[in-house]
Amino acid sequence: MATRRQIQQANGVAEILQGSFMKSVIQKSSALSLVLAASFLGTGSVQAEGVLFWSKQANPPEEQQAMRENVLSGFEGEVDFQGSEPGPWLTRLQAEIKAGSGKIAVLGGLHGDFTTMGDDLVDLSSVDLGDSEMNGTFMELGKLGGGELKYMPWMQATYVMAANKKALEHLPEGADVMALSYDELIAWSKALAEKTGSPKFGFPAGPKGLKHRFFQGYLYPSYTNSMVTKFRSAEAETAWNAFKDLWTVTNPGSTGYDNMSEPLLSEEVWVAFDHTARLANAFNERPEDFIAFPAAAGPAGRGFMPVIAGIAIPSTAPDMDAAKALVAYLTNPATQIETLKATSFFPVVDVELPDDMPPAVKLSGAAIAAMSGSDDANPGLLPVGLGKLGGQFNAVYVDAFERIVLGGEDVKAVLDEQAEALKAVMEEAGAPCWAPDPASDGPCPVE
Amino acid sequence: MNPRTLPYLLLLPATFFLVAFFLYPFFLVAWQAFATDEGVLTSKYFVKMYKHWKFDKALTNTFLLVLAVVPVQLALSLLMATMVSKMQKGRDMILYIWTIPLGISDLAAGLIWLAIFEQTGFLNSFLFNIGAIDSQITFLGYQNKTVIFLAVMIAEVWRATAIMLVILVAGIGLIPKEYYEAAEVFGASRWKQFTRVTLPLLKPSLQTALILRVILAFEVFAVVVALGGTNLPILMGEIYKWQFELQDSHVAAAYALVILAISIAFTLFFMWLLRTPREAQL
Amino acid sequence: MNMAVGSQGGFQPGKSLRRAWFILITVVLCLWVLLPIYLLFSNAFSTSSGVSAFPKGIVPPFSTESVGFFFRYSGVGKAFWSSIQVAVLTMIMSILIGAPAGYSLSRFDFRGKNLFRILILMTRAFPLPLLALPMAVMFIRVGLDDTILGLALVHTTLALPFAVLITYSLFSGIPIELEEAAWTLGCNRIQAFRKVIFPLVLPGITASAIFAFVISWNEVFAAAVLTIEHRTLPAFILQSLGVAPLHLKFAGGAVLVLPALIFIFLVRKYLFAMWGIANR
Repeated sequence: MATRRQIQQANGVAEILQGSFMKSVIQKSSALSLVLAASFLGTGSVQAEGVLFWSKQANPPEEQQAMRENVLSGFEGEVDFQGSEPGPWLTRLQAEIKAGSGKIAVLGGLHGDFTTMGDDLVDLSSVDLGDSEMNGTFMELGKLGGGELKYMPWMQATYVMAANKKALEHLPEGADVMALSYDELIAWSKALAEKTGSPKFGFPAGPKGLKHRFFQGYLYPSYTNSMVTKFRSAEAETAWNAFKDLWTVTNPGSTGYDNMSEPLLSEEVWVAFDHTARLANAFNERPEDFIAFPAAAGPAGRGFMPVIAGIAIPSTAPDMDAAKALVAYLTNPATQIETLKATSFFPVVDVELPDDMPPAVKLSGAAIAAMSGSDDANPGLLPVGLGKLGGQFNAVYVDAFERIVLGGEDVKAVLDEQAEALKAVMEEAGAPCWAPDPASDGPCPVE
Repeated sequence: MNPRTLPYLLLLPATFFLVAFFLYPFFLVAWQAFATDEGVLTSKYFVKMYKHWKFDKALTNTFLLVLAVVPVQLALSLLMATMVSKMQKGRDMILYIWTIPLGISDLAAGLIWLAIFEQTGFLNSFLFNIGAIDSQITFLGYQNKTVIFLAVMIAEVWRATAIMLVILVAGIGLIPKEYYEAAEVFGASRWKQFTRVTLPLLKPSLQTALILRVILAFEVFAVVVALGGTNLPILMGEIYKWQFELQDSHVAAAYALVILAISIAFTLFFMWLLRTPREAQL
Repeated sequence: MNMAVGSQGGFQPGKSLRRAWFILITVVLCLWVLLPIYLLFSNAFSTSSGVSAFPKGIVPPFSTESVGFFFRYSGVGKAFWSSIQVAVLTMIMSILIGAPAGYSLSRFDFRGKNLFRILILMTRAFPLPLLALPMAVMFIRVGLDDTILGLALVHTTLALPFAVLITYSLFSGIPIELEEAAWTLGCNRIQAFRKVIFPLVLPGITASAIFAFVISWNEVFAAAVLTIEHRTLPAFILQSLGVAPLHLKFAGGAVLVLPALIFIFLVRKYLFAMWGIANR
C-alpha cells in the first residue's frame, strides 16, 4: 500500500545510517565527554553581532553551547545562535513580520512550526547545496505542498523505545524485543508491574511531551493503517482500548514527563517511548544499562513517523545573502555530523559517519534501522497543508487521549466528537490526505 | 501649587507610562477577542472558548486554587508580621529569611517543589529512610488530583506568602505604638489588641496585599505546570495553549479577558470590603 | 512596641511557656522557608547521578560540575551585566514614577481616583505573554527593540502597580497632621514632604524597590522576546531550563536565585530600618 515516496522517506534515516556507521556501532567511544570537554575549552567568548540564528531546536543549555562552539564556529561569518522556548520564539518572529523589519536571519524549527507560516518565508530553491546530496522526500516536505522551498531540511529524528536491561528478563515468552507487537508490549509491561510491584512503562504525556505524534504516526497507522480517514473506525476503537490497557500498567507520573531520559535514569521507568533526541541523555550517561529498540507493531503493521527539523529565512531577514550562506553551511556533510553530535538529530544529507559517535547515536541508530527495515514497516508522513491549523490538528489527538485515557470517558462517544473537530480542521485547511491515508481529491475525509 | 491640579500632576508620569506600555498593547490584544482578522465583530471566539471541554475545568481549578491558597497566605503572613513586630533580637535576620521566597521566580519554585514531590524526590527519600514506606509513592500521578492540588497549594503558599508579609510588616510598622500602650492600659488581651488595634489600622495594607495577591494568584502558571503537568488545567495554561500551540490568538485573548474581569471583580470587592472612611484615617 | 515577648516575663510560668511557643513557631517557619532552598542548592551542587539517585540522603555527593557549566557558558557574563542594568533601571524608574502616584492617591480625593487604581492593577491582571507581541512590534518600529532601556520600560510597567500600591499604603499610614504641622511651622508642601514624610517612608520605598528589582530579575518572557544582543540572564538560562537535563535544571535555578538572595540581603538594613523610625 505504501507508495514509493513513503518508502523513500521511511528509509531516509536507515540509508544514512548504513555504510560506515554500522561498523562504528561496534566500537565503543566516549564521544560525549569529548564534546563536552571541547565545549569547555572555548571559554566565555561574548557573542559579537552576526547572523542571528533564532532556533527552537537545540535549546537545552548543553546543546546551545555545542551549537555555538562546535557546529557554528566553522562558518566564515559570525553567527549569533539563540535557542528559545516555543512561546518567545514565535512571538518574536510574529513581531518582526508584523513590524516589517527584524534581526532574525535564520530560523530553526520543526516541520510543524513552518507549516503555519509559509507566506512569510523566503524561497530557498536558489541556495547552493554544493556537493550535499539532500534527501528528496524531505525536500518535497519543505515545499509545504506548494512550489517554493519554504524550509531547508536541517536534521531528522524519529521515535523509538528504550528499556533498562533489567526489564529484558521479564519479556513475554517468544517475544523478540527488536520486533515487538503492541500485545507483547502490554504483556511485558504487565509482567513488569507485577514482578516489581509498580508500573514501569513510561510515556511522555507531560505538557511539553511529544505525545501527539505517537497517536498520529504510531498508534493509528499500526491499528488502522490511517491517520485521518479512519479516525473513528472500529479499528481505532480497538487501538484506543489497547492503549487504555497499556495505560493501566503505565507509571502514573507519565502525565508529568516531557522527556523520558530522566525517569529512565532515576529508574522510575524501565521501558519508555520517546523522541530519539529526548532519550539521548539516558543513552549517553549510562550506555551499558539501556537498549534501544523499534516501536511496536499492530494489526496493520509497524507504524512510525519521522521528525524533520528545518531551517528557514523569514522575509524580514536583514542580510539575505549571509542568511542563505548559513543555510548552505548547515547542510554541509561536515556540519551535519557536528550537528548530530551536538543535538542527537540525524543528518538529512548523505554523509559518511565517523566512528567517534556518542552512544546515543549508535543505540538509537540501530533501533531506527531495524524499525524502518522491518518487514511490517508502515511509515506515516508528517501532516502537510494544514497551514495555521497544525496546532489544532494535534489537539484533536491529544484531547482524545486526555478524555479517553485520563478522563475515562466512553471511547466511541469521544471519537465521534473529536472526529467532528478533525473534520472541521481538515475542511477549513482544505488539506488532501497524506500517507498512510490514500490520496484524496479535496480535503481529506473523516469517515 | 493648585491643590486641585496637584493630584493629577503627580499621577501624570504613571498614567503616561500605563497608556503607552499597557493600554495601547492591551487594546490591540483585547480587540482580537471580539473581531476577526478582517475586523468583523463576532462573539464566536468567546463561544469557542466557552464550549471547549477544558474551559470549565480550568476556571474551576483556578478558582479553587485561589480560594485555597489566599486565605492560608493571609493568616500566615499576619502571623509572621505580628511575630516580627514583637521580636527584638534577630528581627532583621528572621525577616530576611522569611522574605527569601520573594527572590525566587515561579519557574525556580516549581523546580524546587518538583524535586520534593517526585517519585525519586526528597519526600519519598525521607519517608523511605525513616522506614515509613517500602516503595516510592507516586504523589503527582494523574489519579491523585487532590494530592496534586495539595502539592501546588503548598508550593504556592511557600512561594508567594512573602509578598504579603512585606506589605503587612511595613503597615504594622506605621501603627503608632501609643495605640497599643493605651490598649494595654485598658487591660486589652493580646487577641483584643490584634483584632481591635492592629487589624483596623492595617486595613490599607491588608487591602493592598490582598488585591495584589489575588490578582497574581489568578495568573498562577509555572508552579502548576511543574507539579501538575497536564492534570490540572488552569486559565493561564489555556492561554499559553491557545496562543502558542493552537495559534489562535483570538481565543487566547478571550481567555485573558476572563482573567481580567475576574481580577477587576475581586479588586472592587476588596476595595469595598476594606474601605477606610476618610474620617477614620489616621 | 518594645514590650517584646520574654523581656518582662520570667516570673510568670505562663509567659515563659508563651515564649517557648513563640521561639518554636519562629524556628518552624524559618525551616519551612529554608529547607526547600537548601534542597535546591544541595541538588545544584550534586553530581548528575546524585540528582537522579534514590533514596537521597541529607548530604548528597558534592560536585561543582553542574553549577560550573553555567559559569563557563558563553555569554553568561554579558547577560549577567545586562540583567543588572535592566533591574537597576527598572528600580529607579518604578520608584520615580510610582511614588508620586502613591502619594497622590493617599493624600487627595479627586475624580477618577478609583479608576486610576483599577487601571494600575489591570497591568498585573492581564497576561504578559499576550502583550509581548504588540509591544515588540511597537518597539521594533520606534527603535527601542533590543535595548536595555526598552526592556526596563516593560519591566517598570510590571513593577509599577507594586510601587504605587505599596507607597500608597505607606503614605496612608502617616497621619496627615504630621504634614500639616510642618506646614504651620513654615514649610511649604515640598519641604514638608522632604523633611517629614520622606524619611518616614524611605524604608517602605526600599521595599518596593526590592520588588521592582526582583520582578525584573525573574521576568523571562518579555526578556526573551525583546532582547537579542542584550539578553538578560533569565532569558539566557531560565527559559531553556525546561528542556535541560535534571542536574542542570537545579544548577541553573540556583545560579539565578543566588543574586536575588544576595541583593535582598544587602538592602535588608534599609528595608527593616523602618522599625527604628516607626517607633516614634
